[in-house]
Amino acid sequence: MDPAALAFAQEDPEALAVSLSGDWRRANNPPEASAVEERLANSPQVRRIVLSTESLTGWDSMLLTFLIGVRSLASRNNVTVHEMNLPEGVKRLLALASATRERTLVKPTAPRVPIVERVGESALAFWRSLLDMTDFLGHIVVALVRLVRGTAAFRRSDLLLVVQQCGAQALPIVSLISILIGLILAFIAAIQLKLFGAQIFVASIVGVGMVRALAPIMTAIILAGRTGASFAAQLGTMQVNEEIDALRTLGISPMEFLVLPRMLALFLMMPLLCLYADFMGMLGGLMIGASMLDLTVMQYCTKTRESVQLNDVWVGLISAAVFGVLVALSGCMRGMQCGRSAAAVGDATTSAVVTSIVSIVVAMAVITAVCHVLDV
Amino acid sequence: MNPVEPHVAVQDLTVAYGDTVILRDLTFTINRGDIFIIMGASGGGKSTLLRSMVGLLPPAAGHVLYDGHSLWSMDTEEQSRILRRFGVLYQGGALWSSLTLAENVALPLQQYTTLGPRQIKDIVSLKLSLVGLSGFEDHLPSEISGGMKKRAALARAMALDPDVLFFDEPSAGLDPISAHLLDELILELRDSLRATVVVVTHELASIFAIGNNSVFLDADTRTMTAAGDPRTLLSESRDPKVINFLTRGAGIVDKAQRRTSLDRGARP
Repeated sequence: MDPAALAFAQEDPEALAVSLSGDWRRANNPPEASAVEERLANSPQVRRIVLSTESLTGWDSMLLTFLIGVRSLASRNNVTVHEMNLPEGVKRLLALASATRERTLVKPTAPRVPIVERVGESALAFWRSLLDMTDFLGHIVVALVRLVRGTAAFRRSDLLLVVQQCGAQALPIVSLISILIGLILAFIAAIQLKLFGAQIFVASIVGVGMVRALAPIMTAIILAGRTGASFAAQLGTMQVNEEIDALRTLGISPMEFLVLPRMLALFLMMPLLCLYADFMGMLGGLMIGASMLDLTVMQYCTKTRESVQLNDVWVGLISAAVFGVLVALSGCMRGMQCGRSAAAVGDATTSAVVTSIVSIVVAMAVITAVCHVLDV
Repeated sequence: MNPVEPHVAVQDLTVAYGDTVILRDLTFTINRGDIFIIMGASGGGKSTLLRSMVGLLPPAAGHVLYDGHSLWSMDTEEQSRILRRFGVLYQGGALWSSLTLAENVALPLQQYTTLGPRQIKDIVSLKLSLVGLSGFEDHLPSEISGGMKKRAALARAMALDPDVLFFDEPSAGLDPISAHLLDELILELRDSLRATVVVVTHELASIFAIGNNSVFLDADTRTMTAAGDPRTLLSESRDPKVINFLTRGAGIVDKAQRRTSLDRGARP
């Protein structure tokens, strides 16, 4: 391949002859229009540029951008350009490129916004998102009323499918996390309690800690990541594919058809998973108790039964049910609010997990305060 | 016109998803500068054949040759070098939704060339102006119409000055005028860029307007039943399925009527 080259000649002080030669393709790194600009700056009396391309052996977009560049710098400097013997294809492409067929709607560039205005805007956006949330909750209540009346349109098989996905299929990860939490809790407690010879109280700490707080909150966080995110991604993709619009135009409320079964499933499954996590956590505690603290299995179980009250179990299970509803609502809400692009689905999923976790923690605080007041 | 020179050849190609054979025993040649139409009824495996030709779906048997080199028997590095010489326009455009149009077109240039940011910017605005979208550099795909998305996707497909351009249903979802403009654009680009164009379509108007070579895929026998210039196929083929397809189900009609439909579809 011949290298791409640019040669200048100036017989007449007003005319600059530029000849292009060689293979003017990307692989050859052809010269840029700035080379002509430099030359032009050195000879300010030039009024005409005569481009000749007879000795070109090949070209691609690089030649086109070069020519466009020369044209624009010529018009900036009040110089005329004479293009001699351009290859036929180049001529046609240049004509095509300069014919603007689409009305150019210039995108308004975002002006610099003062910080006060930005703070105000984000406060308003936060307020709007609260309104959206309230609106969504309102629709859910309407759907629930219809469910109670027995007129809600959703398929039982959908409910069972979601129950399976968020219940049975979550057991392995819930087991793993709960056993480990129980183990860690027992291990930390054991080190301290051993100093006082009060090893047996490890059973109480693990029992009460798991049943009352850790099992529900850990299960909820696992399900927020596992199930809430999947709800948001699924509903978001359905939004992108216009599947939700298809439901609406058929007169089927997506709230009843999509959101209700998911919410019911999590409402039912979370307490069960939480109960399971309670036992798994105690099992983890027992492992430490039996291996490190020389407690017998019998001793550990008896102490656990003594210290865990039925009220503790109820508080845990009720929190779990509340968290389940929150996770389902966050996931479904972000999915339903999703925009119509791949990036929006990603945002919806992120936002679903964040919303779930924030609402879980807030709910936990409220439940703890209420329990304190009621003295349970 | 340049002398006829084979560019892409498909030899005894069989494509299957698992145990299900989609297409078998395909053999045809595409010459440099051809606008080659892959036609056939829906479900006939047109897009599957395209996927196999652009390196997305390995064939169960047979070869796809580019300038005599088999795409599926070379090592990955060589394959990716060949793939870089392709431009593919997917059915829905497949623009990356989180990137602006300019970023969409610039991505292949940034990945595969050593050009500086200003040169890339120049090429990007050239490509966008070729498809009539200059001034839309900073728009996101969600902010433009379906026809514009297709043209932006064409600009992206042309970013690296490909030798072969593949189009999957270019006129699907476009109004007749936009579809016609896109056809004109395809012809113009073929003539000026000297590229080979492969089009999957079942739009008869497009087939007769732009195609000069074609293959007809039959959904029942799962193979090709005809090949050649679509206009010649219309006037000379004896296969009732091909005739039926090319006459929108009118079947074998008298020559006079066939001539009119031919003239109407012919390139101006």
